[in-house]
Amino acid sequence: MIHIPALRFGKAYTSLEKATLVHHVTGDPVAEVSQVTGSMIARDLGGMAAAHKLLAAIPVRDLLGMYKKAADYFLNAALPCGDTELTFADYVRSLSATTGSPMVFCDRNARKVHYVLANIEEVIGGLTRGLDLEALDRGYTLKNGRMQAFYPTTDVFGAVLPSNSPGVHSLWVPTVAFKIPLLLKPGREEPWTPFRVLQAFLKAGVPPQVLGFLPTDHAGAADILRLCGRSMAFGDDKTMAPYKNDHRVEIHGTGYSKFILGEDQADDWEKYLDVLVEGVAANGGRACVNASAVWTPRNGAAIAKGLAERLAGVKARPWDDPGCEVSAFANPAVAEAINNLIEEGLKTPGAEDVTQRLRGTPRLVKEGRCAWLLPTVVTVDSPDHPLANKEFLFPYAAVVEWPQYDVLKRIGYTLAATVLSDDPGFVADALACPNIERLNIGPLPTNRLTWDQPHEGNLFTHLYKQRALQHARPAGAGV
Amino acid sequence: MKDTPGKPAPVTGATLEERIRNARAALDAQVREVVRWHFSPETGTPFWLEKAKEFTFDPLKDVNGWDDVKKFPVFEDEWLRGGPVRKWVPKGYAGRGVYVFETGGTTGLPKSRIVIDDFKIDYEMMSDTLPDQYFPKGSNWLMLGPSGPRRLRLAVEHLAQYRGGICFCVDLDPRYVVRCLRDRRVAEAQAYKDHVIDQAVTVLAGGHDIRCMFTTPKLLAALDEALRAGKLEDKYRELKKKVPPGGLRSIKAASITGIFSGGTEFTPQFTREAYEEMLDGGQVYMTPTYGNTLMGLACSKPIGPADGFKISYYAPQPRAVIEVVDPKDYNQVVPYGGTGRVLLTTLTKEFFVPRFPERDEGEREPPFEKYPWDGVSGVRPFAELAGGTVVGVY
Repeated sequence: MIHIPALRFGKAYTSLEKATLVHHVTGDPVAEVSQVTGSMIARDLGGMAAAHKLLAAIPVRDLLGMYKKAADYFLNAALPCGDTELTFADYVRSLSATTGSPMVFCDRNARKVHYVLANIEEVIGGLTRGLDLEALDRGYTLKNGRMQAFYPTTDVFGAVLPSNSPGVHSLWVPTVAFKIPLLLKPGREEPWTPFRVLQAFLKAGVPPQVLGFLPTDHAGAADILRLCGRSMAFGDDKTMAPYKNDHRVEIHGTGYSKFILGEDQADDWEKYLDVLVEGVAANGGRACVNASAVWTPRNGAAIAKGLAERLAGVKARPWDDPGCEVSAFANPAVAEAINNLIEEGLKTPGAEDVTQRLRGTPRLVKEGRCAWLLPTVVTVDSPDHPLANKEFLFPYAAVVEWPQYDVLKRIGYTLAATVLSDDPGFVADALACPNIERLNIGPLPTNRLTWDQPHEGNLFTHLYKQRALQHARPAGAGV
Repeated sequence: MKDTPGKPAPVTGATLEERIRNARAALDAQVREVVRWHFSPETGTPFWLEKAKEFTFDPLKDVNGWDDVKKFPVFEDEWLRGGPVRKWVPKGYAGRGVYVFETGGTTGLPKSRIVIDDFKIDYEMMSDTLPDQYFPKGSNWLMLGPSGPRRLRLAVEHLAQYRGGICFCVDLDPRYVVRCLRDRRVAEAQAYKDHVIDQAVTVLAGGHDIRCMFTTPKLLAALDEALRAGKLEDKYRELKKKVPPGGLRSIKAASITGIFSGGTEFTPQFTREAYEEMLDGGQVYMTPTYGNTLMGLACSKPIGPADGFKISYYAPQPRAVIEVVDPKDYNQVVPYGGTGRVLLTTLTKEFFVPRFPERDEGEREPPFEKYPWDGVSGVRPFAELAGGTVVGVY
């Protein structure tokens, strides 16, 4: 069994308390992960001002060089993982084993992390909107005679991470390039990706004093959010509620992402079916940018049937089957609870599970220790139906038939919305809609990301603030 | 200060075997005395006199030693909710001043227990286990723990007085903290904790020559965090006092030499963290304890790196007995090293609690010279009940 230690900013720490991770199919122990307490985290954070200075003194160009090397190591090197070394293939296998996410998804999503490492300059350019990188070394830059100055908002960035998909790790990867020390609290079942990225950084020359890998419990996670000047956290609405008004915490919660068809395109829905299917079901439908609803002014039943016909054939497959389209639930009780929630919702009149009718078999599949939920498309007769605005950890979509004039007022918070319309008035309304975070106009799946435009918050503006600066003797005037 | 009447004599014996035998004899005698006291018509406790009518045995005749305690039904702590609380006061103590201590109380009626002198005797016995080097006689104490209708506050104050010191206290309502956490008012709970720690820092800044402290694991960590953040130094400056050379940024630097800690679950990892990172590698002495209002106080073997910071507790026999039993058969003690539920029996003339299943589990530990009777290690919430308890700061 692999033992993964905590990394306390330069010191590997083996705790007396360890979380044991088991293979989701066999139940056999795969790894144990050393756990730290909130008070240890608090103590370690006491050294962050010095760590920040150390990192800030490294020229940004050198750091970008380290990212290039780290990208190569992440994909191609055998990297330390506690008392052993893992190749990329070993890592993907371990990740899949403990999370239940199929190997094919793990591999695909891990390559997104590699992409960000390898293309860090492009990513940073997008996040800073083309700011001269030297501003990160000097604190300011002069461009076309204009002063642009920024200051860091924190000595350390904390990330409280989930277990559901390695793709999310691409969000915090640029932190070190922004010269901010990094504290990672991995999800219980997914220590693999954070640990591997940090090992790649270390091998590439990033000082260990600026990297923390601190597995901990809920109370420890709360301490991270309390003590780090800036942080990000993943969790459901209930978990994240206490931080809703805390500007220091960037919340990555439930997405409620949607497709919205305009009046002008509702009759042509069939030509968008590929896009709809991808948005709902890509990557097993687990991401917050996967669509969980399709809103249309007409043809709701036909759209639901069309989607269901495409998704009803999806089967539960073993984790190492390259044809996997849905993830297993390593904890079958979670799948059962979700299934019960949907069944309960269907008891409220006005909803039908169209996939179940076509498939003829239950949504919930159980085998051995595992469970799967097969894709589910429901029609609902109103935005107020209990199943209209739900998001689950599998491909699920509610098709809501509702008039265009009222739709943007009724959708509620929406992380990613794809508006399928060429009506300039409706597009203008969507552009002005405050409920939508990321807006795609035209046939783009909700989960299609561009690395230079993060869908939720912006790491640079989270870690830096613009300031007014007058400098009598500016360096590099005229840059 | 003189011993409170009723404090048992220490166990004697030249060998471990002899000590075990003598301890057992003392326990059998204690059972006989306490059962007769609580069930005799002259001195008995109204609750037990009434309850005895349901028994198929006569406690006055049929209970002659520890083995006979099994004849009593399992004690239900629900019996302690609600009044009249006088039903728990033995007739033999009519006319004595009575304290009532409560546990829980976040929802519904709290459980209450009457006490006259028991807390004094328990803590005097505990005092005898403290090394004077770290808990100097005559030094003052800080009670950084719950106030209100709790036994701990008075008990620690008595401990300080018994050792010739004076105890400074903080205001701390643990029920409020539990309520905040249950309602997910995390920031409010944190603000309250900060308020409690600020009181402690103020006491430490007051020039009261405090060397010893009671605290819970969470408050110990919070105090350490505050000291490292320079809160005591800030307080000195606020009071226009000079910060001593070397600063005041650790528990050791704040002149604390001994810590008696308890109140909530103590894990080996927390103990290790405290030893290595808060208490300067054990230069400040900490002794974990396990106890509650029903039992009193179980002391631990000295802790340290030699045995992986394992914590083994031993009840204050013969006044209380801890057994580690099969959760499906409380009559069956598990083998040494085996895991079971903690079953508690309290045997004092003030309070008789036979066979109370605690909300904890652990491993059965063998007797040793200092405590020649069974102990328990690895105490943690009983797996079948875990998850239903909110642990606040207490």
